[in-house]
Amino acid sequence: MNTNKKVLVVDDDSDFREQMEMMFTTRGYEVQAAPGRKEAEEVFASFTPEIAVIDLMMENDDDGFILAYRIKRKFPECIVIMVTNVTGETGIEFPGADESSGWITADAILSKPVRFEQIEEELRKLGSS
Amino acid sequence: MSEEKILTLLIVDDEQGMRMGVKRSLRHFAMDIEDTDEVIKLKVIEASSGEEAIVMMQESPPDIVLLDHKMGGITGIDVLMWINQNNLDLMAIMITAYASIETAIAATKQGAYDFLPKPFTPAELKVSVRQAASHLVALRQARELEKEKRKVRFQFISVLAHELKAPLGAIEGYLYLLRDGIGMEDPAVHDKVVKRSLIRLGGMRKLIYDLLDLTRLESGQKKRELSSVDVLDSARNSMEMMKPEADRRGIIISLENSSETIPMLADNGELEIVFNNLISNAVKYNKDNGSVTVVVEDQSDQVLISVTDTGIGMTEDDVEKLFGEFVRIKNSKTRNILGSGLGLSILRKIASLYSGEVSVKSTVDVGTTFSVNLKKT
Repeated sequence: MNTNKKVLVVDDDSDFREQMEMMFTTRGYEVQAAPGRKEAEEVFASFTPEIAVIDLMMENDDDGFILAYRIKRKFPECIVIMVTNVTGETGIEFPGADESSGWITADAILSKPVRFEQIEEELRKLGSS
Repeated sequence: MSEEKILTLLIVDDEQGMRMGVKRSLRHFAMDIEDTDEVIKLKVIEASSGEEAIVMMQESPPDIVLLDHKMGGITGIDVLMWINQNNLDLMAIMITAYASIETAIAATKQGAYDFLPKPFTPAELKVSVRQAASHLVALRQARELEKEKRKVRFQFISVLAHELKAPLGAIEGYLYLLRDGIGMEDPAVHDKVVKRSLIRLGGMRKLIYDLLDLTRLESGQKKRELSSVDVLDSARNSMEMMKPEADRRGIIISLENSSETIPMLADNGELEIVFNNLISNAVKYNKDNGSVTVVVEDQSDQVLISVTDTGIGMTEDDVEKLFGEFVRIKNSKTRNILGSGLGLSILRKIASLYSGEVSVKSTVDVGTTFSVNLKKT
């Protein structure tokens, strides 16, 4: 159990933020949530996230990508997990999280609804559990 | 300035004189396309045998083929068969020296568009080519339109799927929390989880109802029951319905009417949808302690309904975007407001049933006025 690891949750859907907060807090993480890219950037001025869970499409369709990029640049150690509703219905598949994915700086991409076990699984694979 | 559109015409004939004649006759060919500012011009290319024609068509298929029936080597019918097998998108005109029934039947079977019996005058040639060209253009336009329609339909369905997946995901997420008992030691959390799930389900229900309303309106299957109604009654009913939500946020809804009663031949259900949409949006996108003003004016030939709020307003860009289906303006102010994104589409559809329109005036942070005019018939 990772007590006090810092998690940043960014999603414009208040219910998703709520759920992530509940899941992470009951497992001993310290959570900060933000409803958009700008607010997230304000948060990490004073909060160094070790894990970031980011929705892909917020106010702008690419907010998630931009935010992931900025977080990785500012906190290279931070694990970025992108969550999205997009895969599936539009047939858009995002390339995986390996080096060949180029500018997509997420470590993992998950489809909503996200279950905590999935996040734990990704974190374990990425060596942070 | 009209736009030039060049169609390629291939003349296939083993007589050089014939090919020259056709080229000369069509040199200054120009034709306007109906309803557009496009002009069709021709680029004429030639082949002296069926074999040569096939080679040329393999390279780049022309738009129109003038095909001599009887040539040394393979016949015009053979070339036509080849065109058919290869599904080329072109118009074929057969040139026949002897107007034989057999040739005509064989050529028609292979999809020839027209016949030109030899000898023909330049005028006859032009008439035939003109018909083929306009037929081809119409066919291609229709195909393009069909493609466009399919695309719009696909987009509509994928956006719909997305709009339903978001609340579905939220509800599923809450159910997992309930199942796994995460955070449920606190009864307040438990209550919140249930309450939020119900709210999101309500949003899905609203979306489905709106979608059904819109489809019924668009398919014309919703039976209209026109009777003489007082538009003010509908306005007051909707205001009454929205009052609890407005009260909760300290918003005052008021009615301004140009006369005591405003009678009109209308469908009560439709009026209800119009007022419900306008007033609920004006409350939803308002600021706390703001106001909503419903104005109903009797303007002899039409009734003008406008609803003004003192809410968050929209930029000009947003207003422009607003008229699409499923469009919801996404920004930090609208983030927590639920909506189907179909309200305005429904509103416009109903307005059109009364030969009316929906218009919007908005200023950011000041408010928005939606107006609907309904013609009395």
